[in-house]
Amino acid sequence: MQVNEWIFIGIFFAIAWIFPAAPIIMAQLLRPKRSTVAKMETYECGIETSGDAWVQFKVQYYLYALIFLIFDIETIFLFPWAVAYNQLGLFALFEMVIFILLLAVALVYAWRKGALEWA
Amino acid sequence: MIEFLVNQGWDKDVATGVALLLGVVAVSTFGLLWIILGIWVERKFAGRVQDRLGPNRTGPYGLFQTFADLGKLLTKEDITPQGADKVIYNMAPLISVGAVLLIWAVVPFSKEWIGSDLNVGALYFTAVGSFGTLAILLAGWGSNNKYALLGAFRVIAQLVSYEVPMVLSILVPVLLSGSMSMQEIVNKQNIWYIFVSPIAALLFFISSLAEVGRSPFDLIEAESEIVAGFNIEYSGMKFGMFYAAEFLHAFTICVLASILFLGGWRGIGAEIPGVAGSLLGFVWLFTKTLGVYFLLMLIRNTVPRIRIDQMMAFNWKFLVPLSLVNLLVVAFVGKILQPDYVGVTAAATASSGLLSLVYQLLGPNLIAEIPRAVVIFIASVILWWLVSMVMQRYAIFEHLKAQTLVKEYKPYSPSPEQPTSAPVPSAGR
Amino acid sequence: MQNIDLIQWIAFVILSILVLGGGLLVVTDRNLFHGALWLLVSLFGVAGLFVMLSAPFLAAVQVLVYMGAIVILIIFAIMLTRRMMGIRESVNARWPIGLVMSALAFLVVSFILTLASSSQLLAYPANVAVQPDSLINFGKALVDTNQYALPFELASLLLTAALIGSIVIAREDG
Repeated sequence: MQVNEWIFIGIFFAIAWIFPAAPIIMAQLLRPKRSTVAKMETYECGIETSGDAWVQFKVQYYLYALIFLIFDIETIFLFPWAVAYNQLGLFALFEMVIFILLLAVALVYAWRKGALEWA
Repeated sequence: MIEFLVNQGWDKDVATGVALLLGVVAVSTFGLLWIILGIWVERKFAGRVQDRLGPNRTGPYGLFQTFADLGKLLTKEDITPQGADKVIYNMAPLISVGAVLLIWAVVPFSKEWIGSDLNVGALYFTAVGSFGTLAILLAGWGSNNKYALLGAFRVIAQLVSYEVPMVLSILVPVLLSGSMSMQEIVNKQNIWYIFVSPIAALLFFISSLAEVGRSPFDLIEAESEIVAGFNIEYSGMKFGMFYAAEFLHAFTICVLASILFLGGWRGIGAEIPGVAGSLLGFVWLFTKTLGVYFLLMLIRNTVPRIRIDQMMAFNWKFLVPLSLVNLLVVAFVGKILQPDYVGVTAAATASSGLLSLVYQLLGPNLIAEIPRAVVIFIASVILWWLVSMVMQRYAIFEHLKAQTLVKEYKPYSPSPEQPTSAPVPSAGR
Repeated sequence: MQNIDLIQWIAFVILSILVLGGGLLVVTDRNLFHGALWLLVSLFGVAGLFVMLSAPFLAAVQVLVYMGAIVILIIFAIMLTRRMMGIRESVNARWPIGLVMSALAFLVVSFILTLASSSQLLAYPANVAVQPDSLINFGKALVDTNQYALPFELASLLLTAALIGSIVIAREDG
């Protein structure tokens, strides 16, 4: 295992948040603090806020996320295959074609059913 | 570095730790320093495109403009809207910048300079990139604002959609080089992959443009529809961090594009061991990156924004099928003429005279890859031709459809003779 | 390499806290959205544990698929609903049965694991050296007819079925 490489990533994960945090904290010290009720109000084109921010979203978002999830998993399967590609025979290639074509069927189905429309 | 510290009498593990820490700081500082200069470059460029001067008051050629802006942002009042989810609201800008910075961990700056050469590097940067999506989600939700939430959700739908063709196009370099390590992809790239599979390069560039939300995919901003979207409630330095993250991300995808498709740090003299070669490699990488960045700025300043339904249709009905087909074509055609490294190396040592000179000049590995590169390139051209034929047919079809619509259109005239289309049902009588 | 062991131990403790703490907060947080975010924390810890087990590919998959796709899917699903926060929970009368069942499940799993690790089943050398080309082997095994070719193709079929099924369900209304 690439121990040092991953320790590097670990340190990076710890430090990457400090870089953006430093200017924000600095700004906290420098900034003026004169808050009024009107300032703190949620912006809504200048009029008073009406209702809640949590509005009901349409199902289309969910469908896109779902199709994305399916294709994400597909590409994950493709990565090890791509790494081993140079050492694989033609048969393995055909297996991959079947794999991709099956998902292409899913995409075509989604297309025909109008699941890809933003409407 | 490590040897130097050990020679100074340090413990080996401590020396390694310190070296790693310094590496992290160096890599991330480079990214942040570039923001300061890069914003100036971008604004100056935008100014020139729009026949303006761009920033020119602070310092020579307006070079200090970014520092002035920084000062302004630092002293701006920072408002947290009431009803906001405070922890989430404050965390979002940090994650936004952090996600982009983390990508730099696997960027190979030269043959010897790389933060961390993971064997899953290509997957790592896509995985870390998805943190940026989460940051937008947090910002949109934490603000307790309708526009912010609406904008965030649209952005996430965009980002996740365009991740599919992006990852599929990354598969092509991985497949050709047989590795996911970024350094290995550069090392194996004797012929730039843009010349092997130009369609993959184009797909990566387009989908990355959408990933950073640059025009024509800048629906993230969409100031005319959802008043800037997810970061509407942010002000002061927190807004500045979102701005910096967006900017650095745009530059980062240019670096990634040059690594995956333009040969990374490779160039004349970059193979020399030691600092000199590394510096040269770094300069090569930076030059290529600036070339891609120039293209990106040009597109940003000239192409208008597209609608959200067009954007989704473009992704799912064009980019995703094309990237799938392209991947299959590359995989199949690449199998026909696999590079024969051993054979060509043997031929190189056996050759003499002018031929030997050619072998030495180009390197046997490059020559071994030429046949494969040529067939895949030809296949890509044919594929592109077919795609353009289909698109042409589609355009003609749509045009005819629009024409019939125009012909059938009758302007509304409230004349009493004209009978209404259907008898009005007498409801309620 | 004593220091490496120390670092590994520290990392393991931190990651375990992330996994368990995050998991606990997923089920106890009354705010649905926060629950989804805690799930992120927990999954991130799992990804870290995969790295420590020398399975970086699985770690990347964990982040890419679970954190990047599934949690977003969950959040979209939450947003599909009407406002659901602040509902006063009604205590389920059958909570003792649930408690007993989950305790039993925990006991069974831990019993199997201890049994397996003491026997030869999971006896795995502590510092097993992973071959640098394990990813290549993985890729080969996926398409090898003697190994995982059939499950691999079935996975594709399963994904297709999942997509078609969900479209049918989601578009029922319109």
